[in-house]
Amino acid sequence: MIEQSLASLWYGFGVAFEPHNLMWSIFGIVVGNLMGVLPGLGAMAAMSILLPLTYAMSPVAAVLMLAGIFYGSMYGGAISAILLNLPVHPPHAVACLDGYPLTMKGRGGAVLGIAMVASFFAASIGILVMIFFSPLLVKVAFKFGAAELFSVMLLGLVAGSTMSKGSPVKGIAVTLFGLLLGIVGTDANTGAMRFTFGMPGLEDGINLIALAMGLFGVGEFLLHVNRMKVVGSGLKMRLRDMRPTRDEARRSFFPMIRGTLVGLFFGALPGTGPTITTFVAYALENKVAKNPEKFGHGAIEGVASPEAASHSKTQVDFIPTMTLGIPGDEVMALMLGALLIQGIQPGPQLIVSHPDIFWGLIASFWVGNLLLLVLNMPLISIWVKLLQAPYRYLFPSALLFIAIGCYSANNSLFEVGEVLVLGIVGAVLIYLDFSVATVLLGFVLGPMMEQNFRRALLLSHGDLFTFVEHPISAGFIAATALLIAAQILVFIWKGKRKTLEQPA
Amino acid sequence: MLGSPTKLIRRGKTRNLRERSINKDYYGGVLIIIIGLGAVFGGMSYQIGTLSEMGPGFFPAAVGTLMVLTGAIIAAEGLRRKTVATDHDPPPEWRGWLCIVGGIVAFIVLGEYGGLLPATFGIVFISALGDRQNTVKNAAALAVAGCMVSTIIFWWMLQLQFPLLRWS
Repeated sequence: MIEQSLASLWYGFGVAFEPHNLMWSIFGIVVGNLMGVLPGLGAMAAMSILLPLTYAMSPVAAVLMLAGIFYGSMYGGAISAILLNLPVHPPHAVACLDGYPLTMKGRGGAVLGIAMVASFFAASIGILVMIFFSPLLVKVAFKFGAAELFSVMLLGLVAGSTMSKGSPVKGIAVTLFGLLLGIVGTDANTGAMRFTFGMPGLEDGINLIALAMGLFGVGEFLLHVNRMKVVGSGLKMRLRDMRPTRDEARRSFFPMIRGTLVGLFFGALPGTGPTITTFVAYALENKVAKNPEKFGHGAIEGVASPEAASHSKTQVDFIPTMTLGIPGDEVMALMLGALLIQGIQPGPQLIVSHPDIFWGLIASFWVGNLLLLVLNMPLISIWVKLLQAPYRYLFPSALLFIAIGCYSANNSLFEVGEVLVLGIVGAVLIYLDFSVATVLLGFVLGPMMEQNFRRALLLSHGDLFTFVEHPISAGFIAATALLIAAQILVFIWKGKRKTLEQPA
Repeated sequence: MLGSPTKLIRRGKTRNLRERSINKDYYGGVLIIIIGLGAVFGGMSYQIGTLSEMGPGFFPAAVGTLMVLTGAIIAAEGLRRKTVATDHDPPPEWRGWLCIVGGIVAFIVLGEYGGLLPATFGIVFISALGDRQNTVKNAAALAVAGCMVSTIIFWWMLQLQFPLLRWS
């Protein structure tokens, strides 16, 4: 078992080092890193803007590039959070709390150094877990029928919508909206046109790229225009500054390990977002620390642990996406969408039928994380300068890329119209405090969920109990019910506390 | 500052620690109810079928029903918390919004009748004007730079199927 995994990993390195694949991987990392640093753009915007490029690529190169963008932008997000106190990327918001005070004390470079080492360490552990657990999960996954697939998707959606940012009920509502968007187009079973409003451009469904760019590009621009504060500072960073002192390194060691474990745990739970992971890691450090009063005023433990958590979670998140075909969050949903565009259905058979994608991706994680570690050191001074690039030049240029990217999806201007409409919808939803990330999750899972729901009930002759009669499926349903019950309990408990605090 | 991390997560946006406005919950809920009702009626017109032989309308109708339910909970929650202080959102940014939307519309119209170059110029120029700090000169310069990028990277290097100029 283990030898087999190692042999496959060796093969994966071969795939990842093919010049063509390596080139796209590096391209993705650098672009992702850059976009992650820039305020107002994030992993999602970067991935959606570059998604059209993947049409012309081989599936392996496409996946490697997208993955590179993703973790590249995570490193970048940490930079702007720590050095400039810009929580532009929610998962890194915690890094501001202690990272920025340390930057004010002149230790910014060392904090970045620690954050990067912690990220690399956590990612490596996450990759190891991925290597050894994916084949195991695949064995289980082969037993999955329609009922099991539906139940696990339900669990993922409920967890994703209730445990990410904001109110759980609102999370569920927008996820349902995402499911509905996924229905638009031709029904696979009967060929009936659904919600196309007579527009031929909608017969193939809403374009994934248009949806992602609308929600995470245009929607964000609409909200940020003229409201973005540019934080220019004469920050200078040299390579020498990035070396932490012996004491700082010592104090970061155990937080780094604890953070990694928190990340692994949340990665294994489907649907939990990266933001909650980093906050839990931070809270945990705060609890176990000998001097909790230092937190918020520059405790290096408060940077090392959340950064490690977000990176180990990221790696583990790939497991259900690749082995079950069920994405854990919106980034994974986009990754899955890219594979589907290439005509590849992720699932238990992926490891066997496309070993180059699976093992190449894993190997490229290592190559990419190492590259980032090496790249980031000299590039940081450039990133710091770029951070001062004004938003007023940034968003019109990004808008152009979005428009051209959507056009290139089908060589038609209809998709550009789609992105406009979806962008407005996204802005309205964000304004009303809905978290739009789960819309994408629902959108990608929607058609699969409907298929499996129909198939499961067709097989059981309309008996709804089929979902609890199969043991694996029953387990997922029970977990889902538990999650909802827990949310209701928390809600009641909070309501009680509130009335106690302020009798009205 | 981080006495209660869960509270920070709950609030939706980390930067916003104030109580949420009642209107946002109420109107958000109503919006979800309307969309849900649309899905239910749409689903009903596509044939619902039975549980064992589902028609194309079953799933949309089911999703729509759930949306109406959740929307009702959200709206009720919004009404219940009427006494809570409201959110002080920044004033509406009509100029920015109009220019971004106008820019994309310009791209579609100019792309249809003029080609890639006028479309590029239109989207960059108009949307750049949405930022109050940009002057007409700035915006024009940025738009010209955009045209060069469009021509060199997209049209020439990536072979985008979009004529630079078209007459019809």
